[in-house]
Amino acid sequence: MSAKEEPWQRAEIAGPKKALLILKPEVVGAMVKKAKRPILVAGHLAAEDYSKSVRMIEYVIRIGKAANIPVVATAHAVSEFIKRGFQATSMSAMDIGSRLADPEWKGLDGAGSYDLALFMGLPYYMEFVILSGLKHFSANLKTISLDRFYNPHASWSFPNLSVKDWKENLETILAKLGEERKDVNV
Amino acid sequence: MHLTRKGVHVKIDELKSDFGLFKNLELSVGRVAEETWTEPTGPTPFPSVTALRDWDMKLLQRYRPFYLPYCDVCCLCTFGKCDLTQDKRGACGLNMAGQQSRIVLLACCIGAATHVAHGRHLVEHLIEKYGRNSPLDIGGLNIDIEAPVTRLVCGIKPEKLRDLEDVLDYCEEQVTQLLSSTHTGQEGSNLDFESKVFHAGMVDQVGMEAADIAQISVLGFPKADPEASLTDLGFGVADVSKPTILVIGHNVPSSVGIIDYLTEKGLLGKVEVVGICCTAHDITRYSSMAKIVGPISWQLRYIRSGLADLIVVDEQCIRADTLVEAQKVKTPVIASSEKNCLGLENRTATPSEKTIADLVENKVPGVLILDSDKVGEVAVETVMKIAPKRGRFKIIPELEKIVEAAKECTECNECRRACPNDKPIPEAMKAAAKGDLNPLAEILESCVGCARCDSACPNDFPLHSFIVKAGEEKLCKEKFKMRVGRGAIQDVEIRNVGQPIVLGEIPGVIAIVGCSNYPQGGKEVAEIAEEFAKRRFIVVTSGCAAMSMAMVKDEEGKTLYEKYTGAFDAGGIVNVGSCVSNAHIAGAAIKIANIFAKRKLRANYEEIADYIHNRVGAVGLAWGAYSQKAAAIASGFWRLGVPVVVGPHGSKYRRMLLGRQDKPEDWCVLDARTGDKVYVGPAPEHLFTAAETKEEAIVLLAKMCMRPNDTSKGRAIKLTHYVDLHRRLFGSLPNDIHLFVRNNTDIPITMKDEIVKVLEEKGWQEQRIPDPTLLPRLVRERKG
Ligand code: SF4
Ligand code: SF4
Ligand code: SF4
Repeated sequence: MSAKEEPWQRAEIAGPKKALLILKPEVVGAMVKKAKRPILVAGHLAAEDYSKSVRMIEYVIRIGKAANIPVVATAHAVSEFIKRGFQATSMSAMDIGSRLADPEWKGLDGAGSYDLALFMGLPYYMEFVILSGLKHFSANLKTISLDRFYNPHASWSFPNLSVKDWKENLETILAKLGEERKDVNV
Repeated sequence: MHLTRKGVHVKIDELKSDFGLFKNLELSVGRVAEETWTEPTGPTPFPSVTALRDWDMKLLQRYRPFYLPYCDVCCLCTFGKCDLTQDKRGACGLNMAGQQSRIVLLACCIGAATHVAHGRHLVEHLIEKYGRNSPLDIGGLNIDIEAPVTRLVCGIKPEKLRDLEDVLDYCEEQVTQLLSSTHTGQEGSNLDFESKVFHAGMVDQVGMEAADIAQISVLGFPKADPEASLTDLGFGVADVSKPTILVIGHNVPSSVGIIDYLTEKGLLGKVEVVGICCTAHDITRYSSMAKIVGPISWQLRYIRSGLADLIVVDEQCIRADTLVEAQKVKTPVIASSEKNCLGLENRTATPSEKTIADLVENKVPGVLILDSDKVGEVAVETVMKIAPKRGRFKIIPELEKIVEAAKECTECNECRRACPNDKPIPEAMKAAAKGDLNPLAEILESCVGCARCDSACPNDFPLHSFIVKAGEEKLCKEKFKMRVGRGAIQDVEIRNVGQPIVLGEIPGVIAIVGCSNYPQGGKEVAEIAEEFAKRRFIVVTSGCAAMSMAMVKDEEGKTLYEKYTGAFDAGGIVNVGSCVSNAHIAGAAIKIANIFAKRKLRANYEEIADYIHNRVGAVGLAWGAYSQKAAAIASGFWRLGVPVVVGPHGSKYRRMLLGRQDKPEDWCVLDARTGDKVYVGPAPEHLFTAAETKEEAIVLLAKMCMRPNDTSKGRAIKLTHYVDLHRRLFGSLPNDIHLFVRNNTDIPITMKDEIVKVLEEKGWQEQRIPDPTLLPRLVRERKG
């Protein structure tokens, strides 16, 4: 698929301010490194088997560890993280969304507000509206969608990708974050 | 002197004038209402748009809007399009928060207008047929408070059909006022828009109540009967050897016309009458001969299956392409509502014989008939003649055709990208090309029947039909039992459960309502309902959700309605009826405050809502909510202080009302005994939120049943359910448990050790349990 600013769900059009395409995934790695207070939000789809070859949760955990950033698991996803011995904070998608939109929120640890939020594994349309809420109501927060599909209300998003390209991109980000690169098999 | 909204009645014992002395003079202007309700009128009879604004703002301070704009622009007037991104304002000065709240208000006005107009049509129709003085009776001796919502909001006690005219006058005026505030250059504050949203919801509840009590009273629906009969439901309900009429919609008179005509002509049992959506609910409340096909998402699959020989549509939630689809299977359509004419010729004044002949000979694809008796006659006579001719013509393809088409599929993904539930149709087509239709059949389980995949496919494959065909074998065997809508809750039931609910010993009332826009199919609704019924909550239901929860059987072949009582009691699964019956759920909460707690009812909205919000552990779940009516219904509950959870698609309503458990200052109430401000924890935590998964919804519902007034025994019971469900579905103890434990006796004994450990870690401190209120005027003793 060619790289285009084209929403996965055809009708989910954002308006004048659309997500910039992540064409070089290493830039995401650099942005995460540069961010003062990044956070990763993982939806329930992250805890499900994405396909035979992809466990999204593994990427969430690897990114969380490599970048040393807090992970919020929405819906019931936390139970999968617990099984894997990874500490994620359990919070609903709407709760974390509204907190991120509040400039006075001091974060999960009380140490201050976040400046970068990465999203993965929410239902496409739900992530779409939450990213929109953040675009409009949280001036100091940048958002990145790490899902396989272009999500136009983010600040940056992958274009619609094949599973293979998506995995490649995530591996590149992880390499940039200092993790050893793994081979991508699809 | 007694005032109705339209009339003034003056009674003067003695009047001296130039003309002499008059005794016992009575003057009436407009209509006179007989006064049989002696309770003094409370502070807010027939409240105007702003009469309850202070109450709304109290709720909105705690439950703040989180806006989720669909897109960055507004295009409501020709100043626009305006880009409202971030802090930009439109040409009219409106910002994004204002615009989003305005859209929510528009949705709720549409919803309220729909119910009120439905009520107006019903009341007018029933008055014409049965007279203005027909008494309102929705439960005989079991119900004194026949219209709790109307009494609370309007401050009148409706006794006859004609009294509902005043009520509907009020509703219509309010909806007009509210709608006018959405004009460009009117309201500018998002919070004021939100207060108006609440008003629309309250008016909607009144409109729904008027509609349902009118039809229950006059049409002989079950009157608050916990043992209302079981009816057949499912794709396979109709005896296909008989001519079959399918009715779709929400407003029952035309369907009643069909049953009445069949009865009059001795044809009952010779013609099948099956329904989809709320008309199906209401026609089974009217006649045991009618059956239910399923919720709104069953429309297209049933029409395309060709099983219906004739379709009668009335109003609301009917597919706009009904006529187009019906023509494909040679099924004539009768439209019967002014709100949904489908471009058809108006044959209301045409002799029936002519219309029947034209339909049978296929000279017209359908007709508009705005007279329910005539609809009955034309529908029945036409279907008897046309059924043998149609020969169940269908457009669901044969399996070979699907395999053939699948080989031509280019896997372009357009179908999947159009599917609201992101179903892997291309992969299923790939399997079908190899002769494996199981993946397509699996999609049917969670398909909402929208046919967006059909429209998207560049090869014009009728994909929804493929999916239906693949799952046909199971589908056609579908036959379940659902308890028909019982209507209101009896006063005596309220007396029995009022105390355990308010003290918390019945852990909560879970109202599972709304449409069938489910993320994973309707079975999730049945699972949620059973989880709570088993735990001895009271489960109340209505509308499409009530149907969906019937569509699952246990190993013994029993549905939930066969396993659980229909009584409003612990462990009950209580189907109140159609969309408009939702008013009885609000009514039950209101009656708890009035009958059990003896709070004044008449035009006393704030106090009753304050009572419900702080004491009645009721939560709504609209797992598949899609409509503007569902938005209005939810907003009626918000103003009463009852929280509502929607499914993930509900995030598209564009705004949540969320509490913040991390802000202790938000969770204080006044102790009505002393006037002290007391922290009570985030109970209930939200007023409106969307859950992403069934598991999340279940845990959230259990948590949101907690109320400040719970006794320690009640709180311990509620905490047991919350912690137990959290542990099972989230694999851990909740991380906010310390916010819900007020003192040591709140802690469930069986969980004592682990909870005490958490409390210690969190530096928890004991809190007192107040007599909670948000209204300073209810404080009995002021400090200082
Ligand atoms: S209503 Fe206001 S924001 Fe919307 S298009 Fe008109 S001027 Fe622009
Ligand atoms: S849209 Fe049609 S051609 Fe494209 S993948 Fe779907 S079924 Fe195949
Ligand atoms: S009809 Fe079913 S499969 Fe097709 S787009 Fe709609 S929900 Fe998806």
